[in-house]
Amino acid sequence: MAYENLKVVGTRPIRPDGVDKVTGRAQFGADMTMPGQLVGKMKRSPHAHARILRIDATKALALPGVKAVVTAADFPDIPDEMAFVGEGPMNFRDLSCNCMARDKALYEGHAVAAVAATTAAIADEAVALIDIAYEVLPHVIDVEAAMAEDAPLLHPRMITQGVQPAPTKPSNIAKKMVFALGDIAQGFKDAEVIVQRKYTTKPVHQAYIEPHACIAAASSDGQAQIFSSSQGQFMIRAYVAKLLGIDISNIRVTPAEIGGGFGGKTLVYLEPVALALSKKCGRPVKMVMSREEVFKASGPTSGGAVEVKIGAKKDGTITAAEATLKYQAGAFAGSPVGPGCMAAFAMYDLKNVTITGYDVVSNRPKVAAYRAPGAPISTFGVESCIDELARKIGMDPIAFRAKNAAKNGTKAAYGPTFKDIGYVETLEAARKHPHYQQPLGKNQGRGVASGFWFNIGGESSAAVHINEDGTAVVVEGCPDIGGSRASMAMMAAEVLGLPIERVRPVIADTSSVGYSFLTGGSRVTFATGMAVTQAAEQAVVELRKRAAVTWDIPVDDIAWADGKAHPIGASAGKFPPLSLGEIALKSARTGGPIGGKAQINAQGAAPGYGTHVCDVEVDLETGHVTILRYTAVQDVGRAIHPSYVEGQIQGGVAQGIGWALNEEYIYDKDGRLENAGFLDYRVPVCSDLPMIEAVVVEVPNPRHPFGVKGVGEVPIVPPMAAVANAIYDAIGVRMPDLPISPPRLRAAIDRRAEAAE
Amino acid sequence: MSQHHVSATVNGEPVEFLCEPQETLLDVLRDRLNLTGSKEGCGSGDCGACSVVVDGRLMCSCLMLGAEAEGRAIETIESLAQGDRLHPLQQRFLEHAALQCGFCTPGFLVAAKALLDRNPNPTESEARYWLAGNLCRCTGYDKIIRAVMDAAADLRK
Repeated sequence: MAYENLKVVGTRPIRPDGVDKVTGRAQFGADMTMPGQLVGKMKRSPHAHARILRIDATKALALPGVKAVVTAADFPDIPDEMAFVGEGPMNFRDLSCNCMARDKALYEGHAVAAVAATTAAIADEAVALIDIAYEVLPHVIDVEAAMAEDAPLLHPRMITQGVQPAPTKPSNIAKKMVFALGDIAQGFKDAEVIVQRKYTTKPVHQAYIEPHACIAAASSDGQAQIFSSSQGQFMIRAYVAKLLGIDISNIRVTPAEIGGGFGGKTLVYLEPVALALSKKCGRPVKMVMSREEVFKASGPTSGGAVEVKIGAKKDGTITAAEATLKYQAGAFAGSPVGPGCMAAFAMYDLKNVTITGYDVVSNRPKVAAYRAPGAPISTFGVESCIDELARKIGMDPIAFRAKNAAKNGTKAAYGPTFKDIGYVETLEAARKHPHYQQPLGKNQGRGVASGFWFNIGGESSAAVHINEDGTAVVVEGCPDIGGSRASMAMMAAEVLGLPIERVRPVIADTSSVGYSFLTGGSRVTFATGMAVTQAAEQAVVELRKRAAVTWDIPVDDIAWADGKAHPIGASAGKFPPLSLGEIALKSARTGGPIGGKAQINAQGAAPGYGTHVCDVEVDLETGHVTILRYTAVQDVGRAIHPSYVEGQIQGGVAQGIGWALNEEYIYDKDGRLENAGFLDYRVPVCSDLPMIEAVVVEVPNPRHPFGVKGVGEVPIVPPMAAVANAIYDAIGVRMPDLPISPPRLRAAIDRRAEAAE
Repeated sequence: MSQHHVSATVNGEPVEFLCEPQETLLDVLRDRLNLTGSKEGCGSGDCGACSVVVDGRLMCSCLMLGAEAEGRAIETIESLAQGDRLHPLQQRFLEHAALQCGFCTPGFLVAAKALLDRNPNPTESEARYWLAGNLCRCTGYDKIIRAVMDAAADLRK
């Protein structure tokens, strides 16, 4: 780390965009309007699986006020092409077919046509008037049913990848993958205690409160403007260009404020459709999803079936660990089973490990990234199994984890050798926390679980402009989803030596800043922060040069500290320090405007670990679980703005508790989603939760100028097992299936009572 | 369909507007009166992002028709600050970092003000149950509750 004695980093200033967001002035996706804009609405499939025989829009187009209708026929029929521009690998053809069904509708809610009209009421009426003839096909929802030999096929040409020799028959299994280390058979032979169990999780939605929204305007010279709420304006630009066959330079995407994403806004759903409508009718088209559409047509994360087997010596040494993961991808290949496999045992230093993953399609919406995609599902199984094993051996769950913990030098099953990791430090902090010693009452229990996430770097651009009055502007390209503007301004202020109030961060449109990969993978404070720091450092180099010109001494004789140029060294002469403001004011006379920029592919991201302690009380009458106390310890490298770091941890925990206790997609026998609204898809509310204590551990990442690792994803990984382990501790009932909703827990309690009789 | 002519008071100002019979108060506020601080998160009264106060009563503006606003006094997030002076709730939300994405924030502030107007000294539990109609997916509510409790203390001074 280059910086010590920090003045701004590590403090808690008010975020630069704060006032706009507490006064209602901030412009989110649906808040923008353009002159002459139309309202776009989607026509969606009512069937889980159906061949589209005919689409007749004659009556819709005849309705006064209807200006355009588009179907798949209005989109280029693009070939299969894999690319990595969003948060995971993506086949552009699949993405196109997901935005607008071609030949077949693959899930209830799949878009099959879209309308642009002068008012929302007319657009709704027109949608109803579009006449579509379907041939309803057999469907499959569950992941293991979709893997069965006789399951209905979604894609008749899908041959499982990763199997040698390649299968001769198509199936719904898109891909198989295996990660292995050591000798698994010998490892289990060496074990004295083995626990083996199957765990299941249901698909859960990111449930950002802001539905997807955009406005798109095409002009007759081929230029396109898009204003939309997403996790990456450059992602939107790349996908829209590809899906509609437009040159990237002809598209300008302006990022709106984003009302939550958690990975769910790393894809396009509306933007290509709105632009296709706009091209057809020559007017701007605004599209906003309803909540029902968000649930039915945007990606939740996978549900999964996870089999885990772990063996250990009686002294607590794990000798072998094995897991098989089956993840639902939704209607198109691409579940997060890969990262699920890689994260599964990344908390442990294992000699013998095998992890097998299957990516499986079924008639559900295509999954999208959701906070540490894939890891929570496999980790729920692994950390539940670890808890059971620790109990069998008679070891404290933290001590058992510590004995087997991944450390610097541990080789992970997926390849890398870890360095600069802080897992043991989180275990130690959890063990020492007063929470871990607090006595428990009747039907109360305590659970522990840990989690891992990679954290990533990647491409980011930033510019720092020094203004003539001695203030600065930071320009960057990653949407601020949870306060990252504050962190960017703080890092620049630290380098420049300015107070935070004198640095203004801006998130620019795609034509005003260099390419930046999207906000995801816990990368922004690490990677974009690195770009901002380098841009600010370049500005400081220029400021020192200007002082050198002013004083007529060599630039090497000038140091930058506290926002001022200082002459150093015997030959430098005795000049009073020159402030940034003084240098900026005279910049025209010393060489012109002052600034710096950086366009980097940030390397050296370091993984994050967390350890959570959860106390619950179980109501045996109702099966209701109350979270009594929750402490989440996490190594974040360095907290730039500690309040927003804590906030990320608290928010991740709350989502994990929802995943553990309530949230699930519920389908009827026809493959239709029964709970596409916040009344029946129950996310945690204020009265469901206690205060969530975030304990920040700082084991710095030496490859970042301020030691940052990343924070946002780790905290959703441990909660499901922490809650389930706490329930076991409270009442002795092991719950391997999520969510642990009151009816499910009550049924498990009843089963135990029956078994005891 | 003929439009309704409605006269109401919004944030202390008399307003008149025409609206379709099926338009909600939220539609009217956002699309006809350009008051986009109230947000639509669900359209079914489950998320509270569109919270407003109608004749002193906390409401989801997505559950009320625009035509029903006739003769009523409506307060939205846009009326919470007095000019450039923030309300203590707004100030405390900023200080506590009680917002991440900020989309639910207007609804929380309107609902929290309605709570403190009727109960200036709520317990944490009372605040949590009052605000249970407002969904936040980012914060886990911890910092929101701390901000509301601190703002309540400020207002009691």
